[in-house]
This record gives sequence, structure tokens and C-alpha cells, in this order.
Amino acid sequence: MTPIVQLDDVRRSYQMGGETVQALRGLSLSIQPGEYVAIMGPSGCGKSTLLNLLGCLDRPSSGRYLLGGDDISALDDDSLSEIRGRRLGFIFQSYNLIQQLNVLENIEVPLFYQGRPEAEAREIAIQLAIRVGLERRLDHRPFELSGGQQQRVAIARALASDPILLLADEATGNLDSSSGREILDLFDELNAAGKTLVMVTHDPNTGERAKRLVRLRDGVLESDVRK
Amino acid sequence: MKASVLTHSIRSGKFRRAIRLGLRSLWLHRLRSLLTVLGIVFGVCSVIAMLAIGEGASYEAQEALKKLGSQNIILRSVKPPEEQKVSNNQNNYVLDYGLKYEDIARIQATIPGVTTIVPARVMREYVWNITWRVDAEVVGTVPWYPTMRNHRVAQGRFFTDTDQRFAENVCVLGDRMAQTLFPLESPVGKTVRVGQQYYRVIGIMEALSTASKDEVMQSTSTQPAVDRMFIPLETAKRRYGEVLFKRRSGSFEQERVALHEVTVKVDRTERVVPVALAIKDLMERNHKKKDYDVVVPLEQLKQAERTKQIFNIVLGSIAAISLVVGGIGIMNIMLATVTERTREIGIRRALGAKRNDIVTQFLIEAVILSGAGGALGVLLGISIPFIVTATAGMKTIVTVWSPFAAFTISALVGVVFGLYPAFRAARMDPVEALRHE
Repeated sequence: MTPIVQLDDVRRSYQMGGETVQALRGLSLSIQPGEYVAIMGPSGCGKSTLLNLLGCLDRPSSGRYLLGGDDISALDDDSLSEIRGRRLGFIFQSYNLIQQLNVLENIEVPLFYQGRPEAEAREIAIQLAIRVGLERRLDHRPFELSGGQQQRVAIARALASDPILLLADEATGNLDSSSGREILDLFDELNAAGKTLVMVTHDPNTGERAKRLVRLRDGVLESDVRK
Repeated sequence: MKASVLTHSIRSGKFRRAIRLGLRSLWLHRLRSLLTVLGIVFGVCSVIAMLAIGEGASYEAQEALKKLGSQNIILRSVKPPEEQKVSNNQNNYVLDYGLKYEDIARIQATIPGVTTIVPARVMREYVWNITWRVDAEVVGTVPWYPTMRNHRVAQGRFFTDTDQRFAENVCVLGDRMAQTLFPLESPVGKTVRVGQQYYRVIGIMEALSTASKDEVMQSTSTQPAVDRMFIPLETAKRRYGEVLFKRRSGSFEQERVALHEVTVKVDRTERVVPVALAIKDLMERNHKKKDYDVVVPLEQLKQAERTKQIFNIVLGSIAAISLVVGGIGIMNIMLATVTERTREIGIRRALGAKRNDIVTQFLIEAVILSGAGGALGVLLGISIPFIVTATAGMKTIVTVWSPFAAFTISALVGVVFGLYPAFRAARMDPVEALRHE
């Protein structure tokens, strides 16, 4: 089976104030379809850099990244946008909903950039809103929702284009424990339905919910445990 | 490739939704959007309004000049300034100046292209009807005066060759003096008195239209503000002789002026200027003093057109400056918007927006701003001339093209000044943009 993610000796360095910072120093990782992976590690270990690479928001300085079997290291900006929109779903710590749009419109954003017809996009958005339990908030704006509800909208949005990989960056970091638990339950549900999930967290309890725990330290793999 | 992307965007309603999105973002900051477009609004509005007022004014001036006849050259007798001083010192001195009958003969004999000549003698007199009195110019002229000067008879008739030959005491009154002298009845068939002479009124000239036109007449100084009464030239010669006595409020002067005014008609418009030059030359040779004046309405018409052109250039510059200023305002606010919405840009990029999508989004907002400003400006600019016409009574003309041009250009301003902020938004690194607070 083709792995969803295949990283081969990936390195990423930044120029910061004249110094070269090595964020990733030769990381190799393979994620199979249907996996639920938590990436953990102290701050500065390269978690965010890895997530940005996985999310095609950034490109490795060297090494190879295959997403669903396709090498994305050499793609141009437009192709990366296309891949982000069609194959990936992002869930952020601070939800990152667009404030001037209501729930349905926020869910429709990725579909909008794919140029899907309006009626079709609306249909998908309604289905997803129901799936995350927001059927009674369809025309609410983000500021009218609680944190947990906003994160549900973000999850629905991430699911809109039926991505092959969901990327969550501290998805429960801004939530109280009960809302956080609800979100994690939703993740379990999604994973059970066959979605491949990668989440970055520094909270051990959250990390425990995943089926595979990857620890990073100083830009290299420290441990990789499957449960 | 570009075109196919565009048609694809339009077909999927992407464009329409982008417009809706832009409208919503602008609506979110209503006051800011309004203040931003004010520059464009006032620029467009003032240009359209000024253009309309200028167009109206120059139309009136040109109409007035056309009334004088574009094929006409008008010669007038002018009292030479040095003679004036002499007459003040010596009261019994007879002033001899101005156009002579020989001038007419010479023009007719030597200058080709001259078709008709209308001589006129002008005497300033009081015209009486019983106790009503009007200060007017009594003009002795020929029967074809009305056709030459585009000044028609409104009621009755002008005098004929027969009236001329027999030096009949008939007259045609100007419109205003007819109303003053005969406020209650039709003057045709009645008599008016000038000095010791009684004249039968046979017609009334049509009004020389509005007050503003009179101003033009005055400024071209071919038609005085006072009304004119027309009598046959032959009659004028017999009743007044060659020497005119003027007794006015204590002062007393005598003048010998054969003709006060001569209108020369040229057969073709192109020949007006050369003929005018020839006449000026001829007159210069035969008159020692500059006791005449040559007025060429065609030249004045051209002058008016040149003035209008300059006016238009000035207006165009003002328009350009105000649109640039308005555009800078839009650019400024768009740059602020882009910074403010950095995070939104990051989110959109993460969710699959290409650079082009981001450019389109911000460009649409800029164009909506400038287009709305242009539309508002056009509406205001069209209504202001109406208000001016209604309140100040000035004629205004809103040309058909000016609102369209103003609107199109202002929308283009949005594109031009929106491009830089939009590209700046699109160039952002998605990772950096997402991190932005």
C-alpha cells in the first residue's frame, strides 16, 4: 500500500538574524493510510516545521517528501495551493475561521477555491455541519460561537474537500478540558471512519489518544511508538 | 491559459462570489470605505459639474456669435480718442469721422467674395408713445438687414425697397421697447414719435433672448444693451442729414458720421478671414485715423472655441489630479486592509487559494471602492448642473460621454492603485501569514 506520507532524510534550515537554524536535521518518517499519529516534543524541536512541511505550506531544504505517492518537493506555488486545497485538511489551535463568513460559508471556503458549483458546495457544507453537530448554528458567525463550536466548524472545513490527510496543530490547546475531549472524540470518530490524522501537541494526555506517538528532539526523531 | 482560467472562474461563479465577498468586507468597514471613496466622489463630481457648466456657457456664447453670422464682417465707426479731447475743449467743432459711403463702394469694387453689404446709421434718441419714453438707438438701414444679421421679424414686416425709395416714415421696433412703449396694445399700425418726426410701426423684431446673451452681445460690443428701432436708411438720411446734433443732459456736440455700422457678407466661410484682412488693409490705407473697428464674429467664434479647449485641458488636469489623489487614498486603505487581514490571507492560502485568487480578491475590493466612488460622483455631478440651472438660471449641458468616461476612468484607477496592495497580499508567505496576530 502506498503510504500517505513518506519523508526521506528531510532537512529544513532557516536564516535567522544571519545565523542558520537547523529545524529539521534529516528526518525520515512514513505514515500509512488510516493511521492516527501524535507528534510530540519540547518547543523548538521542529514540530511546527514538520507540520508546515506535511501541510505543503513549506518545502524541505533537502530530502524528499512524497504525499500520497507524489513528490511535492519540486512543485511550484500554484500546485502546492492546489494540493493543500484538495488533499489536505488543516485544523489550527486558534481555529482560524474567517470572521466575516458564517458557519456554512467557512466550511465552503476550500470548495470555493476548487471552483465547485455553489449548490454542490452548499450541500457538502450542510452535511458536514450536521456531522460535527452544528446543524442549529448554520448561519452564525464565528464570534457568536464557543471555542469548541468554532473548532468543530474548523474540522468540518478541513473535511470539506475529503482530504487524504488531516493535520491538527494543538487543536485542543485553546479549549477547556470538556470541549477538548469532545474534539478528541470527534478525531477518534474520524479515524475510525478511515481518515488519516496527524496532530501536533505538547500535552501528554492528548498525545495518549493517538495510536502512534512520534517524539522529536532537536530536529531528529527521538522515538516512534505504535500502540 | 489565463483566459481559460478566467472563463472557468466565471462559469463556476467564483467571480460572482468573489464580488459578493468583497462587498461584504467593505460593508464591514462602512465608514472607512465611505471616507476612502470620497476623494474619487468629489473628483468625478466636480469634473462632470464643471464640464457641464462650461459647456453650457460656451454653447451660449457660440450661439450668440452665430447670431451675428459666421459669414459676416462687421465694421463700425469709432470716435477716435484724440478727437474726443478736442470736442471737450471746443464745443462748436464738428467731428468728422467714421465709415463713409466711399468705403462701401471701395470694398464692393475691389474685394472679391463680398456678396452683400448692409450699411447702417445709428442715432441715439428718445422714442415716444404719448407719455411712454424709451432711450433707444434709431438705426437707419436697408431692407435686407434681418436676413444678414439672423435677427428675424416677430410681428408685422420689415420695411421694403419701396419704403426705402420713398423715404417713408415707417419703423420696426425692438422687442423690449415695443413692450415698454405699448404695454397694453399691439404696436403694429400705431405711431411713435422721435424728435419732431412721427413713424408708423410696421413690425416688431424678435427678442434677442436671455440676459446672458445680452452680456455676450455687450462683450463683443456689436450690439448695444439698449434696444434698437429700425427705419429705412433713406429716411434716416433725410430726417437727420449728415451732421448730428447731440444735446444730452447739458452737453452739446456735433458729429458728422456718414455710416455707423456696415455689415459685409462673404460668400464662403473659408474666405471670411482673408476678406477681413483685405478690408482692414483697405480701411487702413484710406483712413488716416483709426476711426473704425472691424469685428469678425468667425474669429471670435474660433477664439471662443480655443478658450473652451483651454478650459477643457485645465479641467482634464484637475480631473487627473483628483483621480490620482483618490487612487492614492484607495491604495493606502488597501495596504492597511492587507496588513490587517494578513491572517485571513494565510488561512485562505492554507485552504487552497492560489496567488491569483488572493490578487483577484483584493483587486475586486479596490475596484468596487473606486467604481462606487465613480458612480456616486457621476450621480452628484449630474445633479449639480440641474441645481445650478434651477437656482442661478445658467445654462448647463451634461455631455453624454462625460459620465461614462468618468466612471470608466475611476474604475480603472481602482485597478491601477489596487494592483500593488493585491500583489503584496499574494506574495506573503503562508506560514508567516498564519503566524501573524
